[in-house]
Amino acid sequence: MTTKIKLENVSKIFGAKPYSIIPMIKEGMEKNEILEKTGHTVGVYDASMEIKQGEIFVIMGLSGSGKSTLIRCFNLLNKPTHGSIFIDGEDIVNYNSSQLKQVRQKKIAMVFQHFGLFNHRTVLGNVEYGLEIRNISKEKRQEIARENIEIVGLKGYEEKYPDQLSGGMQQRVGLARALANDPDILLMDEPFSALDPLIRREMQLELLDIQERLQKTIIFITHDVNEAFKIGDRVAVMKDGKVVQVGTPEEIIEEPANDYISDFIKDIDRSKVFQAEHVMIKPNALVSMKDGLNVAVKEMEENNISSVFVVDRGRHVKGIVTIDDAITGIKEKKTLEDVLRTDISVVQRDEYVNDLIAKTLESKFPLAVVNEEEKLIGFILRVHVLSGLVSDDVNESIEYIG
Amino acid sequence: MGSFPDITTKLGDYVEQFVDFLDLSLEGFFDFIYIVSSQIINSIETALVWMPWWSFILVIFLLGWYFKSIFSGVLYSIFIFLIGTFGLWEDMMTTIAVVLTAVIISLLIGIPLGVWMAFSKGFSTVMRPILDAMQTMPSFVYLIPAIFFFGLGNISAIAATLIYALPPVIRLTELAIRGVDKEVIESAQSFGSSKWQMLRKIQLPQALPTIMAGVNQTTMMALAMVVIASMVGAQGLGEQVLVSINRIDISLGFEAGISIVFLAIIIDRVTNGIADKLQKHRRVSE
Ligand SMILES: Nc1ncnc2c1ncn2[C@@H]1O[C@H](COP(=O)(O)OP(=O)(O)OP(=O)(O)O)[C@@H](O)[C@H]1O
Ligand SMILES: [Mg+2]
Repeated sequence: MTTKIKLENVSKIFGAKPYSIIPMIKEGMEKNEILEKTGHTVGVYDASMEIKQGEIFVIMGLSGSGKSTLIRCFNLLNKPTHGSIFIDGEDIVNYNSSQLKQVRQKKIAMVFQHFGLFNHRTVLGNVEYGLEIRNISKEKRQEIARENIEIVGLKGYEEKYPDQLSGGMQQRVGLARALANDPDILLMDEPFSALDPLIRREMQLELLDIQERLQKTIIFITHDVNEAFKIGDRVAVMKDGKVVQVGTPEEIIEEPANDYISDFIKDIDRSKVFQAEHVMIKPNALVSMKDGLNVAVKEMEENNISSVFVVDRGRHVKGIVTIDDAITGIKEKKTLEDVLRTDISVVQRDEYVNDLIAKTLESKFPLAVVNEEEKLIGFILRVHVLSGLVSDDVNESIEYIG
Repeated sequence: MGSFPDITTKLGDYVEQFVDFLDLSLEGFFDFIYIVSSQIINSIETALVWMPWWSFILVIFLLGWYFKSIFSGVLYSIFIFLIGTFGLWEDMMTTIAVVLTAVIISLLIGIPLGVWMAFSKGFSTVMRPILDAMQTMPSFVYLIPAIFFFGLGNISAIAATLIYALPPVIRLTELAIRGVDKEVIESAQSFGSSKWQMLRKIQLPQALPTIMAGVNQTTMMALAMVVIASMVGAQGLGEQVLVSINRIDISLGFEAGISIVFLAIIIDRVTNGIADKLQKHRRVSE
């Protein structure tokens, strides 16, 4: 994957003479010391990272660790005191105001923690704003705005005002507004923190859904580890203005760079995080009872898998066939029903990943995930559980992957 | 007895010289103001006088109904009708014209000044004491330069009213622009708005309800100046009050006085109603 954004030694100091502080930090003075002696705040210090095209890059850290300060550097709401920010290979830090306007209008859009909606405008008026200031014709921009309102699931609310919507809906407006400009990069500063947990989870899933369709490069801030690991392809951990670790969730769990991160990870409330449906994979191959063994083998070969679930007409799980069983079955002229293995584990869609650990370990086959009507909606492999499983005892999970 | 020693400063003289100087050097400017004000006031007055009496009452009713309630609409229409029965219809029109003109000009001047103050700390620091002085100075004092520059008549009344009624618009505009939610500003910025787009599409609309509160205050102050301004030749209801004082005519004094009160009530409620309507969707969204 290509690099979309590259940060090189970015620092942001707040105060009267920010540049005078850089040497002090280089000498190793701590954030607190600098604040006491000079009254300057180190917002971000020496952050370097590369963000790839199409990934969800999460920045996490405690309150005051500099997350917002950093993300606001990406669109120069904060101008870095030091360092470079390359977007598509161009350093934007020293852009003049019209170049900057171009970047903000076309390449980067931002979603805010408290939504930052224009409450004197309707939903439609909010979503079309970014296009309006680019002087796109009313007809065109409203058409685009309506499409995006539909994407975030707010069709029918175009003429409402933000204060007539719930928090979750308001943030959808924020998201639609950002998407309407069709930016390559989406900056999201704790977009779901102001929402209650249920709505929040829903929004997280929807973001993943939208991301799958639109493939933006997303930079997402959160102080919630669960959220970070759930949606992040890679995660950067910040502490006192410094980036202390960057890696995939698995890498961070496996090898926390320091105690700070281990502490952070401990906070994960395993029992309440991921449910079966969050980690499952939707089956792209299914075999019906009446299909027979040849179809089963063909399905498995085409999809490059070693076993496939068998369902009846109502999509109820009957069992599983493995490729080996099927091939021997064909040789011995057996039917699908003969080689069908019924000793599979079936789990409900809302079972917590935590409860699935034992089941995945015991079962030789993937877990079948069913909905309320007992219809098969997905399956879970052992490795999938990992993304939802973050244990206090890290070794346990490593063993488990191995 | 210790009497004050014989020391005099000539502050008043200096001010007079300054005013003379202004009159000479800024003659064109004052002419311009004179022309603009008389244009505005003439067109408003012509329009008001041209309107059939019942249609004016109808307009008042509709305003009251739309911005308040049907009851208010009826009440305000009765007020206006009563003023007509006092025989003060034309005077009322003149007063409305003077007040409206003063308010329009004070918005034209006040809003840009307020915006400028919101954006420039330096300018704000300079303006604050001036605004304080403008508001605390007894309003009679403004009559003198007003006559000096514009002579007797409605225009100098407007000028005096303007000086007195301008500060609330300026102050509230500054306050309102500064008070726009930071995240809202940032989100507009993050889309690449120019300064002008930001002002026109975000800051001013967001500030409008507060600015409307300023308009309300300004209008009320302008109305309060009506009687005082009649001393420099403003016509209308104020003039009638002045006449009644000179003649000790209690009946005329009361009728003209209560007419001003009626106007005050109507203007206050309607401008408040407008502010409320604007406010409706502008609660901080959280
Ligand atoms: N405009 C500013 N002027 C001065 N100091 C600032 C400014 N913005 C942020 N800071 C300081 O920079 C540091 C980092 O703040 P920042 O807002 O980036 O933290 P954060 O990680 O986003 O925290 P939170 O989770 O609370 O949003 C803090 O010490 C903060 O006080
Ligand atoms: Mg923050």
